[in-house]
Amino acid sequence: MSEIKKIKNLKDFSTSADRFEGANLLCPGCAHSIIVREVLNATNDDLVLSAATGCLEVCTAVYPYTSWDSSWIHIGFENGSTAVAGAEAMHKALKAKGRLKQDRDPKFVSFAGDGASYDIGFQWISGCFERGHNMMHVVLDNEVYANTGGQRSSATPIGGSNTTTPAGTHSYGEKRNKKDMMQIMAAHGSPYVAQVAPNKWKNMVKAIQHGLAAEGPTFLNAMSACTTEWKFAPEDTIAVSDLATDSLVFPLYEIIDGKELNITYRPKNIVPVEEYLAAQGRFKHLFKDQYKHMIQEWQDRIDGNWEYLQRREEAKV
Amino acid sequence: MATKGWDEFEIGAMLRSFDGKAENIATTMQEDRAYSSSNSFTASVADWRIDKPVFHKDYCIDCQFCWIFCPDMSIISRDKKMIGIDMDHCKGCGICVEVCPTNPKSLLMFDEHIEDEVALAGWPEKDEGEK
Repeated sequence: MSEIKKIKNLKDFSTSADRFEGANLLCPGCAHSIIVREVLNATNDDLVLSAATGCLEVCTAVYPYTSWDSSWIHIGFENGSTAVAGAEAMHKALKAKGRLKQDRDPKFVSFAGDGASYDIGFQWISGCFERGHNMMHVVLDNEVYANTGGQRSSATPIGGSNTTTPAGTHSYGEKRNKKDMMQIMAAHGSPYVAQVAPNKWKNMVKAIQHGLAAEGPTFLNAMSACTTEWKFAPEDTIAVSDLATDSLVFPLYEIIDGKELNITYRPKNIVPVEEYLAAQGRFKHLFKDQYKHMIQEWQDRIDGNWEYLQRREEAKV
Repeated sequence: MATKGWDEFEIGAMLRSFDGKAENIATTMQEDRAYSSSNSFTASVADWRIDKPVFHKDYCIDCQFCWIFCPDMSIISRDKKMIGIDMDHCKGCGICVEVCPTNPKSLLMFDEHIEDEVALAGWPEKDEGEK
């Protein structure tokens, strides 16, 4: 196994040479590239990458340009994960036959948005995890189909106004709760499943390195605050991400071997969920008298979830 | 680079990021890489900007918050020191200014047309109201 890159503090980290290039066409203030940078900079190993169709793919591979300095492939919406799994299987086979030209072990990472992971690519990801490929799947979770204009996905939280679930006089927007992808992937028996956020970079780098070092398919659910679809100013990406992690709307935790749950970040001051909702235009309508009850509903649900996570952590089951 | 029409694409296209043999990219800084003309590093999005960040070296404490949170790889850090901004790739989002912890800030947004010297000459004083 290759050595794990030593990153003690941010100054250490800043000596990394980026393998993801500028002049991609992601929106100003997009959290996608902050996540990609943190993943790529967390290791010095060779990388074999893929991206499923989505913002990341259409913005970083605009013919005749590529923004990737590693091997990178794109095929379709659903099969970003299987493209990398295929490369991994080929590498394993060639190695077993002694036909590798160089004895190097790259890391295999697939990136996909929440649409390509929670909905469209779900069956493919499930297959990769069932077959036990040695790869990591990173979800850039912006809770909406941002690339095609903001349709709801199964990661969209309740009460959000999206183009296919608009808020108005008769509806508060999205009616369903976000799918719990973490538990689903943990149930596949994955050695490492973690929820991360780019604003907590140290926590995230630790999770990435753990995920890359583990043998078998690992899964990271990375929150990607979307300035366009969540409707906040581009410079507030980190501030909104901080609100999400500190209000526990997006709790950071890991599940090891499908069982052992550890909370990896406990905010010093827990922020009311109301502040998180108020920071984004997509929840603006919840502050009208008609839908105000939703805010308390949100708070109760988040509190209940946090309670559950803490009990799981204590019980170690 | 010559561009192709929509009906002239190959069924599968492969683009090379570097000219010649590329090795140890993970430890090679950008100035030492042989970028090919199909690497987006050779392109520019400078014309996206309405406001631009200006860097005041004297107040910088090299915390590197701007480096880690820049979505466009536009904060140039070498040997743990922040040395400048890559104006070809900066889209002017303003995250670096928001996360800058110094007082006064060592990064501020100015109108794209204001000269850097003018911006630096009019830099705000320390805000005594804050710590």
